[in-house]
Amino acid sequence: MTSMTYHLTYKRFGEGAILIEWPAMIDEHILKDVLRFKAAIIKKDIKVIVDVKHAYNSLLIVYHTVCRNFENEVNTLESIYKTTDSKYDSLSILWKIPVCYDEAFGIDLEAMSKEKNLSKEAIIKRHSQAVYTVYFIGFLPGFLYLGGLDDTLHMPRKSTPRLKIAQGAVAIGGHQTGVYPIESPGGWNIIGNSPIDYFNPKNKVPCFAKAGDHIRFKPISMKEYNDIKVLSAAGVYQIESEVWHG
Amino acid sequence: MVEVLKPGLYATIQDKGRFGFQAYGVPYAGVMDPYAASVANMLVGNDEDAAVLEMTMTGATLQFHSAAIICLSGADMSPMLNGHPIENHKALRVEKDSVLSFGGLKRGFRCYLAVSGGFETEKTMTSRSQFKGVTNQSVIAKGDVLPIMAQVKGMLQKHASIKINDAYMDANTIEVFKGPEFDKLSREQQTQLLTQVFTVSKDNNRMAYQLEQPLENDLDPIITSLVLPGTVQLTPSGHLIVLMRDCQTTGGYPRVLQLKESAMRTMAQKFTGNKVCFKWL
Repeated sequence: MTSMTYHLTYKRFGEGAILIEWPAMIDEHILKDVLRFKAAIIKKDIKVIVDVKHAYNSLLIVYHTVCRNFENEVNTLESIYKTTDSKYDSLSILWKIPVCYDEAFGIDLEAMSKEKNLSKEAIIKRHSQAVYTVYFIGFLPGFLYLGGLDDTLHMPRKSTPRLKIAQGAVAIGGHQTGVYPIESPGGWNIIGNSPIDYFNPKNKVPCFAKAGDHIRFKPISMKEYNDIKVLSAAGVYQIESEVWHG
Repeated sequence: MVEVLKPGLYATIQDKGRFGFQAYGVPYAGVMDPYAASVANMLVGNDEDAAVLEMTMTGATLQFHSAAIICLSGADMSPMLNGHPIENHKALRVEKDSVLSFGGLKRGFRCYLAVSGGFETEKTMTSRSQFKGVTNQSVIAKGDVLPIMAQVKGMLQKHASIKINDAYMDANTIEVFKGPEFDKLSREQQTQLLTQVFTVSKDNNRMAYQLEQPLENDLDPIITSLVLPGTVQLTPSGHLIVLMRDCQTTGGYPRVLQLKESAMRTMAQKFTGNKVCFKWL
């Protein structure tokens, strides 16, 4: 296959950054292309670039203080994009994330079951059978933006956000699902809780998952939840994982 | 060491912030008014990005457990040393057991205290900037004892002649560039954005400043994309949100403007009820 490249747009973002955008959609091919380009820029180790960050279909290049010559910098970036090896071979891991869907945690399961006309069991089954793609980490330290939620589980955010959502809450907001890594306010519908650490600033790698990895939620009982919570707090819980060949 | 007798309304230890961790969703954080922080640091002979205490609206009451050289910059909160008024932008030596306190807010919103050597509180991910979930402590609290780095001797006079221009504190013009979604706005919306006088709402903090006067907004949300401190977002209700240093790494609202870096310090000194307008660069 010839190398798949997209028509990208380059925009100035203030005096010190350039925003690169792919077509406006959430798509795994686009993610791979974003990550491929990102890795190539980082590999070039360009001195004036202090940060390169990405989201679904965009990449932001942050320069040290100011981006002096926008056209020159864009030319440099375009040539990196065109000359980079078309393959992006980063190992993707499938993480099996334990989630307790007990109603003690899944405080919105009942309301969601009525709204969607689906049994709670069916919601849990559909939520835990899907394989989700990790697109990026944002919103809160350790919050994974996941793609791949079953269409039948889409559920609008609550009109009034809750002031406190528990650490580990597994939730659905619109077309997205995710886990709150720390206690926070939030408007998503809570369907369970995951007992593991999503962010630990003391660890060399603060989040276990990275963009391009995959995730599956594994339903667990309250007993298992409590056990894993203890192990996780002691820093000895190993999240089940395997290499993903998707 | 400095003991916190009273923390004031909201005070945090800040340095220049945390870079290179956005991929984990970790905000940059860092001083809201880098100019004031660096002036205070330079006047006590520190590097300009040494950790300082950032106090918001009301000052803290602090007791020095050892002698130190200190300097204040940014907001004028009627500072007093052992009950006697002192001034911003004057480095001075405080003796052991001295108490630094503050009175009424006279000008600006955020005041910086630099101590010679710099504060030596916990460092997480290359920075001492306090942020919930990243550092153990997210604000300073009564009874905290803030360590200070070993002091460098004889530095008091080093920057005594530094020229200070703090006119930015009283400015209400915020210089901006186009944001990525600016061109999606109608001519009317664009004009309103650049001519309207906006009022800072009560929702203002280190993460963001919301502005009161809404714009007509018929833009669709965007696919969650990247934001920076200084990004101005247009919310579905038509309100503008100016993102500040503790802002999230990503956001889904249209980004209509981007503040010039030097406009961030002006914004950081504004508070509820203050007026601002955006000016094209």
